[in-house]
Order: sequence, then structure tokens, then C-alpha cells
Amino acid sequence: MDHPIKRDHSRFRKIVKGKIRDNLRKYVSQGSQIIPKGTDKFTVPMPSIDIPRFKFGDKSQGGMGQGQGQSGDPVDGQQDPNGQPGQGEAGEGEGNKELEVELSLEELARILGDELALPNIEPKGKKSLQSVVDRYTNIGTTGPDSLRHLRRTYKQALKRQISMDTYDPENPAVIPIRRDFRYRASDTKIEMQNAAVVIYMMDVSGSMGDEQKEIVRTESFWINLWLKSQYKDIEIRYIIHDATAKEVDENTFFRTRESGGTLISSAYTLCKEIIEKDYNPNEWNIYPFHFSDGDNWSADDTKLCLELLDKVILPVSNNFCYGQVESRYGSGQFYKDLTAKYGSANEKLTLSKIKNKEGILDSIKEFLGKGK
Amino acid sequence: MNRTKPISGDLLKLKDEIEGYAIEYGLDFFPQVFEVCDYDTINILAAQGGFPSRYPHWKFGMDYDQLSKGYAYGLQKIYEMVINTSPCYAYLLQANNWVDQKIVMAHVYGHNDFFKNNAWFGHTNRKMMDVMANHGTKIRRYMERYGHDAVENFIDKVLSLENLLDINELFETSELRRSRADQIVQQNVENEDDGYLIDDRSAALKSFMRTQARKDKKAEKKVDEEEITAERPLNIRTKDVLGYLIQYAPIEEWQADIIGILREEAYYFLPQRMTKIMNEGWASYWHSKIMTTRALDASEIVEFADKHAGVMAMSRQNINPYKVGIELMRDIEYRWDRGMFGKEYNECNSMPEKLRWDKKLGLGKQKIFEVRKSHNDISFIDEFLTPDFCERQQLFTYKYNPRTGRFEIDSKDFQAIKQKLLSQLTNFGQPIIEVEDGNYMNRKELLLNHIHYGVDLDVNFANETLRNLFAIWRRPVNLKTKYEDKEVVFHFDGKEFKPQS
Repeated sequence: MDHPIKRDHSRFRKIVKGKIRDNLRKYVSQGSQIIPKGTDKFTVPMPSIDIPRFKFGDKSQGGMGQGQGQSGDPVDGQQDPNGQPGQGEAGEGEGNKELEVELSLEELARILGDELALPNIEPKGKKSLQSVVDRYTNIGTTGPDSLRHLRRTYKQALKRQISMDTYDPENPAVIPIRRDFRYRASDTKIEMQNAAVVIYMMDVSGSMGDEQKEIVRTESFWINLWLKSQYKDIEIRYIIHDATAKEVDENTFFRTRESGGTLISSAYTLCKEIIEKDYNPNEWNIYPFHFSDGDNWSADDTKLCLELLDKVILPVSNNFCYGQVESRYGSGQFYKDLTAKYGSANEKLTLSKIKNKEGILDSIKEFLGKGK
Repeated sequence: MNRTKPISGDLLKLKDEIEGYAIEYGLDFFPQVFEVCDYDTINILAAQGGFPSRYPHWKFGMDYDQLSKGYAYGLQKIYEMVINTSPCYAYLLQANNWVDQKIVMAHVYGHNDFFKNNAWFGHTNRKMMDVMANHGTKIRRYMERYGHDAVENFIDKVLSLENLLDINELFETSELRRSRADQIVQQNVENEDDGYLIDDRSAALKSFMRTQARKDKKAEKKVDEEEITAERPLNIRTKDVLGYLIQYAPIEEWQADIIGILREEAYYFLPQRMTKIMNEGWASYWHSKIMTTRALDASEIVEFADKHAGVMAMSRQNINPYKVGIELMRDIEYRWDRGMFGKEYNECNSMPEKLRWDKKLGLGKQKIFEVRKSHNDISFIDEFLTPDFCERQQLFTYKYNPRTGRFEIDSKDFQAIKQKLLSQLTNFGQPIIEVEDGNYMNRKELLLNHIHYGVDLDVNFANETLRNLFAIWRRPVNLKTKYEDKEVVFHFDGKEFKPQS
């Protein structure tokens, strides 16, 4: 039996998850608080889970230390990394024991799903991706002690004793010997998975500022989280565009800033090419996401975009999502154009306007709420 | 499942050897039991304050989570765990190497001697292992009866007030209680503090009887609600806030019992919080002494020096109690060996003469044994901290500089250092808060008074704490304190927290 502290521990985890759920809006709107650790773990800072007590305010209290130095030297022994006196929060970390908890991708995604009441995604198409998994469904005669199968071992011993006539019903002691030992053994199986690809497209023209990009970054973090929890293997592609489009890696995607004009069709064309080249729509679940501030160069180009959507992208996608991030310079015209053509409730096209960071959560719900 | 097992073989031989040295040096300790366990078990024990069985609560899970992570990332490692019981239990980490085990054992005998002899531990319950286990059983039963969440929530509230203790309670002996109880009986005043405390029966039994006593009382009193409220004392002042709540808060039997349980545990741990520097200093003094003069093999010297230095590491952000403690103990020994104390020495103005001072008194060892018996951290620092010592140890105070946004060294002056150290140690580092009035404004509100010694309370925490207190008191609660140099009474009425001036 497990030590009772494991129960305390799972109780603690439950409280933590409840806290994250309660504060999800805050976590989402403040972007970078949740830090990915490795591929499927996340560290989440928890400010106040500890039991409140009457205690002294930290800053007025100061403290005592030991070591060299003269009056006025900083105690942390380092120069202020910013080199700028007068900055507010530099004293943080001093006596400030912040709790960090680790959550797995599944746990975090479940919190998101519960809070937004997201339906599970129904993948389309047949399972096409082969993945090899080892499952302990077999029994072998060799193996490590930790995998010893007691029941089978004793059964084997009993069989041996009966067949050798050493089994005595009066004294039913069954004593396994070395060659009775049985171990769980793995069988290699090929499982078929649903394959999914997310294609992010973002307008990086001059009118998309840092704040807009931060919104896109945060939103894509949560969208990825959810889709990753729904599909075992997922590919993510990134396209940036202004007047021309190119495929980039994740890092570049969030950091690039161009000036220049905007031709949305360039991105859609590239998206189409990528899909045609790499992702057979019969086998892949395809999720194109496009974020922009809604400015497009010309009505002609918009027409071209709609054509591309109509003819190629929409038919192959599970769900095409267009997120319009409000910016001071953007006209927001593209949203209107899309609404005019497809209406606000289309099967395969989801539109969402993101006013500011607080709007991210609602927008995620709009995108993923369809369960496709 | 047994997660710890008694030591055997070489470790057992080692124990006998070290115990021999401890006796030789005159340490006086409870019977010592060592057990070995793996790191997971030691994390569990540490999360539970050293005890194998505690009441169920998520905070133990939280501490366990943090400790396990700290170990997994190689940030911290617990070498040893020792608890104040008789026999004295100590846990060794299985994976420790031989030198570590030696150090830890020698260190443990120091703690054991301290637990047994220091006056502040005089009245701690040495059978706490059983008491804690009983507490666990009782609280689990309450959870079965009243619901896990209800009980856990209530524990959360009480833990919020766990640091509001009166250190004088540690010296409440049965004789004192009896004589006071007699007085009260004589005065024929209806006594809330029933006879159940005036004997030496086991704490678990007492706690059971407490329940009974309250039940009886309640049955009597149910007749007249008015009477109960009328008897709420108008002006009992006490720092023992939990004790006050048991008696006067409008709570259920099981709730009173839970407060009693948590209060008892808090008082059990209190002496350890009051003697951190001395206790660690004493234990380190002895591991160093025993290792360097007796137990250490020549081949182990580098390893020992390395480990010892790690334990003694100085920090610029905090006082290391091991370091300050051991150095101060050695300083006292040195001074009393050479007679560097008293009027004559203090009035000597010649520095060279003071440095050479040696009356060959040889009183050092005797003195430190006296010190470990009768002092706590405050009196220890107050009496034995010297300007020389502060300078040698490079002590300084620091404070927050709002202009640069950093914590900066403030002063290396002896008086400032002593002041700071003492104020940090006052009331075991916690704000001093007392119940001032149980019928504040004549509205049955509770008034707490924060005795302000120059450091403000953290207002957010105070708010949350009052919220929890309100849940127990069920009437508005108030906290009188000073905030930013102004007298203020914070008022919490169940909904809103606001200052009333």
C-alpha cells in the first residue's frame, strides 16, 4: 500500500489544479507564465496556495547576512543585471518562496477543456499514421524481477508439482523454483493513429505590433496544447507573410517583423502548396490558423483569397480558423469580407475577433468549441 | 509497509563507537535509535515534521512535492532527520556514504543531548510519536463523520493561526496549573478551564477528556443560550490565541478538539523554533569535535572537511544557524577557558593585552554545557554576542533600498547587528499578536492587538488570516496594528476587509 502522504499529495495536486482552473483567465491573459519543460511537462507558478498567516511584510524587514562587503553593496552579490537604478521589482525572490508546480500536458489540457467546456475532437478520415507501441500483454520465461508475474509463476509451480506428483492436498504448499518463474513480456504492436497538422499563418506586416504578436503566441500555445492532447502525433508548420509568404520555424515566426504591405493570398497560396505537397487530406486532419489585423492590400487580393479558401483550403481542412487581432492600424476589413461571404456560422470556417489579451480565452473557445 | 528499518552490521558498530565518544565527552542523552531509509521515505518524514504518521492534510503533500523535486533536481538533499522523543529517533539516508553517516550520527547525539537538557524542551511530550499517530486517527474519524472537505477546510483555518502562541505556555507545569486551578476554585468563579489539565495523563487521553468535558458543559449550558454568550470574558488578554478560541469561540465539539490537537502540536514544535541557532550550533560543535578528535580516519579527512564546509556555508541573504551557532559556542568556550569575561576583562583598554589575555581558567567546557541547558536563541545572542565576534564572522544587516530596488548592506555596527538579530528572533520570528478583547465595541467582536516593534505586517496576508479567523469566531474580527507609522484597526466583517482609524 502507498504511504498515506501520497493521498495528501494527490489532494494537493487537486487543489493546485482547481486553483489553476479558477485563475485560468489570468494565466492565459498574462501569456508567458506557464513554462514548457521538455515536451510534455509544464511548470506553473502558484503565487498563493500556502496557508495565510500573520507575518511581517518582507521589504520593510530586511535581514542579516554574512560575508564581505561595505555598506551599500547589494546583498545578492551581483550588480543589478539591468544596470539601471530606480527599477521597481528587482528585489524579488528575496525571501519570496514561490511555489512552482509541474503539470503534464494532459492535466493542463484537461483544465483548459473543463474550463472552456471544449468538446473532444472527432477526427475525420481513417487512422493512417502507424506508430509502434510496446504493450505488456505477453508472458515470458525470462525478465527482470520487477516484472515477475506472481499468479502465473505459482500456477506454473502448481502444474509442475501436480505433474511430478509432489503436490500434497493435505499440505498445499506451492513453492516455485527457478524455472517456474514467469514474467510479463512486451508485445510490439502497430497502432494506427489519426494524424494532424496545424498550419499557422500570420501577418507580419508593419501594422502588427508586439502586443498583437504576443496575443498570437499565447493563443497558439493553448491551441497547440489542446490539439496535442487530442492527437498523439501532431505536426506544426509556420508561415509568415506580408506581401509575400514564406515558411519559417517557430522562433522566426514569433520574432519576425516586416514592414511592407499585405497580400493575404500569398499565405493562402503557400498553405495550399504545403497541403498539396505533404498532407493528403484523406489521411490528415488539417487545421489552418490565420492571424492578422484584417488589413489586406486590395479588394482584388481578397477576392483571390476567398477563391483559394473556397476551392482548395476549406474542402480539405477540418476547421479553418481566422483570428483577427485588433490593432490601432488595422482596418479589420478582412473579417467583414469573410463574414459577408460565409456568414458567422460556417461548418468549416471559424472566425474570431481578439480585442486584447483578455479576449484570448474566449477566442480559443470559439476556435475549438466545435469539436472538429 | 515498513519504510524504515533499524540499522545493523557495520552501522550498528559505528553507532556503538560514536555513542562511546559522546559519553566520554559527557553528553547526556535519551536512548538513541537509528533507522535507515531511502530518499523518498526521508522526504516523506521531513514533509511530516519528522513523524511517520500525521493527520491527513494537503500541506504535507505540498511539502513532499517540493522536497521530492528539490531532490530530483539535485538542489537539496536531506542527510538526516532527528526527532525530539524518548527514545530519540533519527533517520539516516541509506545512500549516504560512510563519512556522512559518521557525521550524521555524531551530529544526532548533539541534538539528542540538547533535547534532553535544554530547559525549553523540559515540558515537551517525549511520547509525541504516539500522540501524533492518535491525532491522525482522531482527525480521520472526524473526516469520516463530518466529511473530508469540511474537516480539511477547518484545519486550513486553524493552521492560519498556528503561529499565535504564547511561549510562556511552555512552562505551564502541572503544579502551576493545579495551584491556579485551586485559586480559581476558591474564588468560586465558574471555571472554563476544567480540571482536566491538571494532571500528567497522556496527551491523547487529555484530548479525549477535553472533548468529554466540553460535551458535559455544553449539555448543561444548552438550557440558556444567553448565558453562554454572557460568560464570554470581556478582558482576558492572552497571546495563546488558539487556547482562547477553544474556550470562547462558538464552535462544535469536534472543531474544538481539532484546535486542541493543532495547538498541542504547535507547542510541541515551538522550542525547536526558539532554539534553532543553539540547537544546530550545539550539534555541529559536537559532530566537529567527535569527528576531528576521535571518529575520523585519516583517509576521510578531506571528505569530512568538504561536507563540514558545506554545512557551514555563509550566506549573504540569511544567517546560517549552523555557522553562527557553532562559532558562538566555540567563542564562549575559548573565552571561558582563558577567563576573557567579567569586570576586569571588560574594563581593560589595551587591545594587545586583551588578545593575550589568558587566566588559564579552563572553564570553557563547563560553561557551554551550562549555556546549552538554560538559554534560548534570544538570551544566547543577547548574552554572548560580542563586537569582536561580529567582526570576525563578517556579520552585517541589510535592508531594502527603494531607490535602487535592491537589498543592500546596511550596517556592520555591533549594536545594529545585535538589535537586528534579536528582533528577528523575538517571539520565534513571528509577529506578537494577542487577544485584547472578546467583546469589542460591545458587539461580541474579537479584537487582536499586534504589538508593533517597528516592522509592519504584510497586509494581504493579514486580510486572509482575518478571513480565516472570522470563520471560526463567526463575528467580525479586528486587528489593531500600526501600518506605515499610523495606528490602525483592520476590520473584517465576513465580506470586506478595511481599515478603521
